[in-house]
Amino acid sequence: MYQYVGLIVLFPLIGLFINGFFGRKIKNETLVGMIGSAAVGLSFLVAAGIFVEMLGMPEDGRSHVVTLFTWIAAGSFKVSAAYQIDQLSILMTLVVTGVGFLIHVYSIGYMHGDRGFWRFFTYLNLFIFAMLNLVLADNYLLMFLGWEGVGLCSYLLIGFWYDKKFPGTGITWTGDAANKAFWVNRIGDFAFMIGMFLIFREFGSLTFREVMGGAETLAVGNNTMFWITLLLFIGATGKSAQIPLFIWLPDAMAGPTPVSALIHAATMVTAGVYMVARNSALYALAPTTMMIVAIVGALTAIMAASIGIAQNDIKKVLAYSTVSQLGYMFLALGVGAFTAGIFHVMTHAFFKACLFLGSGSVIHAMHEEQDIRHMGGLKKVMPKTYWTFLISSFAIAGFPPLSGFFSKDEILWKAFSDGSLVLWIIGASAALMTAFYMFRMVTLTFEGEPRWAKDKHPHESPATMTIPLIVLAGLAILGGFVGIPAVLGGGNAIEHWLHPVFAQAHHTMALSEHSSHTTEYLMMGISVVIAVTGFWFGRRMFLADPEADKRIAAKTGFLYRLLSNKYYVDEIYNGSVVRPLVRTSESFLYRVFDVRIIDGAVNGLAKTTGWVSAMMRYVQTGVVQNYAALVVLGLVVVLGLLIFS
Amino acid sequence: MLTEFGKALIFIILGLVFVAGGLLVAKILRPHNPTAEKTLPYECGEDPIGPQWMRFNIRFYVVALIFILFDVELVLLFPWALVYSKLGMFAYVAGALFIVILFLADFYLWAKGDLEWIRPEPNVPRLDQLVDHMPLRVKGATPPAASPVATSE
Amino acid sequence: MNQLLTDTLHTAPIMGTIVLALVVILINAMKKDSLALEYWVSLIGIAANIGLAVWAFPLRGSAFAGTVMTGGFASLTAAVFLVAAGLTIILSRAYIEKIGVNFGEFFHLILMGAAGMMTFAAGTDLVVTFVGLELMSICLYALAGISRRVHKSNEAALKYFLLGAFASGFFLYGIALIYGMTGTTNILGIAQNIAAYKSEPLFLVGAGLLLVGFAFKIGAVPFHMWVPDVYEGSPTVVSAFMSTGAKAAAFAALLLVFTATFDFIHSSMNTVLSVLAVASMLVGNIVAISQTNVKRMLAYSSIGHAGYMLIGITAGGDVSMAGVLFYLISYMFTNLGAFGVASIIENAEQQGTDLENFRGLYYRRPLLAVLMGVFMFSLVGIPPLAGFFGKYYIFVAAIENGYTWLTIVGVITSMISVYYYLRVVVLMFFQAPEEAEAPQVTSGGTIALLVSAFGILLVGLFPSIVLGWMGGLF
Repeated sequence: MYQYVGLIVLFPLIGLFINGFFGRKIKNETLVGMIGSAAVGLSFLVAAGIFVEMLGMPEDGRSHVVTLFTWIAAGSFKVSAAYQIDQLSILMTLVVTGVGFLIHVYSIGYMHGDRGFWRFFTYLNLFIFAMLNLVLADNYLLMFLGWEGVGLCSYLLIGFWYDKKFPGTGITWTGDAANKAFWVNRIGDFAFMIGMFLIFREFGSLTFREVMGGAETLAVGNNTMFWITLLLFIGATGKSAQIPLFIWLPDAMAGPTPVSALIHAATMVTAGVYMVARNSALYALAPTTMMIVAIVGALTAIMAASIGIAQNDIKKVLAYSTVSQLGYMFLALGVGAFTAGIFHVMTHAFFKACLFLGSGSVIHAMHEEQDIRHMGGLKKVMPKTYWTFLISSFAIAGFPPLSGFFSKDEILWKAFSDGSLVLWIIGASAALMTAFYMFRMVTLTFEGEPRWAKDKHPHESPATMTIPLIVLAGLAILGGFVGIPAVLGGGNAIEHWLHPVFAQAHHTMALSEHSSHTTEYLMMGISVVIAVTGFWFGRRMFLADPEADKRIAAKTGFLYRLLSNKYYVDEIYNGSVVRPLVRTSESFLYRVFDVRIIDGAVNGLAKTTGWVSAMMRYVQTGVVQNYAALVVLGLVVVLGLLIFS
Repeated sequence: MLTEFGKALIFIILGLVFVAGGLLVAKILRPHNPTAEKTLPYECGEDPIGPQWMRFNIRFYVVALIFILFDVELVLLFPWALVYSKLGMFAYVAGALFIVILFLADFYLWAKGDLEWIRPEPNVPRLDQLVDHMPLRVKGATPPAASPVATSE
Repeated sequence: MNQLLTDTLHTAPIMGTIVLALVVILINAMKKDSLALEYWVSLIGIAANIGLAVWAFPLRGSAFAGTVMTGGFASLTAAVFLVAAGLTIILSRAYIEKIGVNFGEFFHLILMGAAGMMTFAAGTDLVVTFVGLELMSICLYALAGISRRVHKSNEAALKYFLLGAFASGFFLYGIALIYGMTGTTNILGIAQNIAAYKSEPLFLVGAGLLLVGFAFKIGAVPFHMWVPDVYEGSPTVVSAFMSTGAKAAAFAALLLVFTATFDFIHSSMNTVLSVLAVASMLVGNIVAISQTNVKRMLAYSSIGHAGYMLIGITAGGDVSMAGVLFYLISYMFTNLGAFGVASIIENAEQQGTDLENFRGLYYRRPLLAVLMGVFMFSLVGIPPLAGFFGKYYIFVAAIENGYTWLTIVGVITSMISVYYYLRVVVLMFFQAPEEAEAPQVTSGGTIALLVSAFGILLVGLFPSIVLGWMGGLF
């Protein structure tokens, strides 16, 4: 099956071309949607085939590189369009295509009647294509192609309803939100690129295998490695919405909800995590960067979780929740628990996709209402959405034995055992907040008395939307069982599965098993207690009084305002970076430098060239004799040069 | 030490000197006394009739071209005929191909009617072709129309 | 006899094209109003001949007592000329009816010209090279003047003929001098003892005269004066064929004679070539700026492009030779396309190819404008179009061989060229449409243009495949 890896990437490309070129002509929405979904579904089947084949192989023979063609060759610089299939990439491929397929199906229902229906599926397929290139690439450049590609899709899809208003700091239209996402990502991409250049300078190659091979001989604490890993991590902070570049993700909710589910929750934002994991061997060489990653991850987790408490937009809550969960993943990576990070990527993809799609279902039912204060009591109207949403909320809050419990607990445990107590405390507090805001949201949305306007008639969504929800909820329940830790008698299959990928990093870091089982049990117990506490407070407080926010706000005053205004990060960025930049560019770069100096020079040159050109035209007399004379003259010059030089 | 080319160069220079020198000497020596008869172009003692830029029928050129074609064929075939017994089949086939291609050309000319002295379809001048050159005044045509303003009065 | 058969078989693309041309002219002689038949016969025949060229590709060697090259380089160039001829014929089907020169002889001349180009590029004996050159040139003289009632066309044909004959004279004289010095006209034979003659003045004069003959055909400054007049005056499809096929043939032959065979690297010949290159790039690109007619602008641009390719010839070495060949292929598609668009825009009086006529083309014929945009961007050399990689490989080779200054001139002139190429794009897309009827586009023309654009994209996206064909050709 390995040799068919090209098909995985090819199918979405075919779908993209069919829908892109003929979508406008195809009047039948279902057909467009089916083509788009089928393309991803087929990719999933191929990926699953490869996965099954991989299961039957010896552990260290599972990694393969399939080269399709030489992409660029210039001197010693050679890059192929080649795909690396190993335990990590196939796992990501399965998640991307599997969850992607479900969201495609869901979109058929959700986007029904939209004037850009075919455009939507074209973009989605383009996204899947780019994302698959990102995770399957065997070299940095191809990965970067996917990296930029998903950024582009993100831009296109956030601004999908480009003529819709969308309020925010410095933002009025969805288009502005799309721009914001793109620009912030560009900052990260730039760092990624410089990191890539450094890698090429250091190792003379851009393929993962050769770079990792070269890394084997380097000593821990290497200075270049520090910069490379740091730059790559800055790239990851852009794509995966970490401090300081997380500000774009909440505004990315301007896009259609399936987009938020697919791109801004389940797949694209985990690209940074994947990238760091892919480079685990390099990160292992740079303990300083690892520390930075862990701290940034932990801070992001708690900061975003705290903002999530005070948000009223259902999608905003989920957006901050995503940022927070991504923080967890980076926390895991930072303490060297790469497996735990990837495990959380997977489980998070399941339950967060389910949550987002559930919120989409709610928004759909409520006729584009997104404020949870105006909801309530939806439990009876849309039971399927409610139950799946509830299951996923339990999963994200970390209730055993749902998937979120295993992955989050793994991270917290590793943060404690391989990191420090402080990291654990931050992580645990964030977990508490997560459980709290999730159940605040569940309660406000589904429980209690209806608070919506009389003219609204919420209804359960069609089957194309609920079936993906049910499947994803099922995955949110079961997904964790691949990673039951050893202390609970499980095999921790995912750890074994991914072991060869991270073997080099683990070897470099030489982590030891120093904590006793008792501690682990204790920690696990605390996790459960935290989740239950958060759940209990969230549910109780808001079931009793849907207006509880106001009471809290009155009591805490500034603190609440700080949270609901997202720590004023947007405003600070606006004041300190964006506006000064715009002003400098306007008054100096544009008026003085560009208009006077550059334009002046360019126009002067252009005028001179034009004049020379006009003069030289006169040589062209149109008289054959002159031409012949010039030929002879040229001959004399040629012969003179030949003989006398 | 002169190479063979050097000798050729001297030969060329000498030739030029001879020609130029002869003309120059003649120019100096000869009397210069032109009359009307002397300036006339020489046409075998006859008085020239009509302008020198007389038009020949274009057919002459076509026929001349075809003639040259076969002339060249002859020029090539004579040496070929002399040596082809030595060169054998290769030369035979080459020569045969050459003749076949020339025959095809001949056939083309024939089929297109270029061997006829007068082409089958005479080119009759038509009126519409004349219009291009001189605008015709057609009798009874409307005189330059009066302006609409004038008629409405 | 067997030898004769094998030789004929190995030179099958040339032989096949000549036979095809003869078949076409015979059909024309025997059957009246047979333009459509001749058109299809030509196209099918060209496809078959391309097949022959591909088939002959591995048969590397020489035929007819070492006078003609077979396989490899010869096959590759033959395929290029055949594709150019095929596209020209497709483009000309509607065009020649529009301007009223719908004679079957048109196709015959194109095919014969293509046969001449192949011979020109495959000849390893200077006499054969010359025969190819003349066969090609005579067909082009006739084609340039085929529009008999248009004065500009007559003028173009006459100028081309007079100056071409002049240049052929130089070429022949060069051959004669070289023969005089070396006693052979076979380029391999000459190359064997090149060290002995390399500094002989007479040999150098011979080589210089030969070079002038080539430089005239490729339109390098200062032997370029005919180019604008002829390209502008000739029927546009003929200009397309001339600027791609004839130029490619001359370059291929130049490559074969001067770079691949005669070891002139690091000699005074390189000085001459670099001077020609610089002069061509500067004059071509600068004068193109002040042109108002697209055909004339493309003519000057083709002078500039000849300059770029001369950089590759100057640099020498396998990489740059492959680069030049690559450039030829990409330029073939691009320029055929650009002239093709001009031929569609043109009206029945062979007028209307001014820049003004392109104004707002996008609003009248969107596809045509987009295609023209692709061709212009490829001429500028913007990735991922073929034109970019052509320039790229040549410049890289030049830098590797120590001709950085030539590359700098090349890049600067490329920047100048952006102005006049993009002016067309700006006119087409960003200016209000002209009050004129949309030009008639036929399916044949569209197909030819699409094939060209597709070729540009393909060559640009997968340059390594095309370069792969050239691996070890020299």
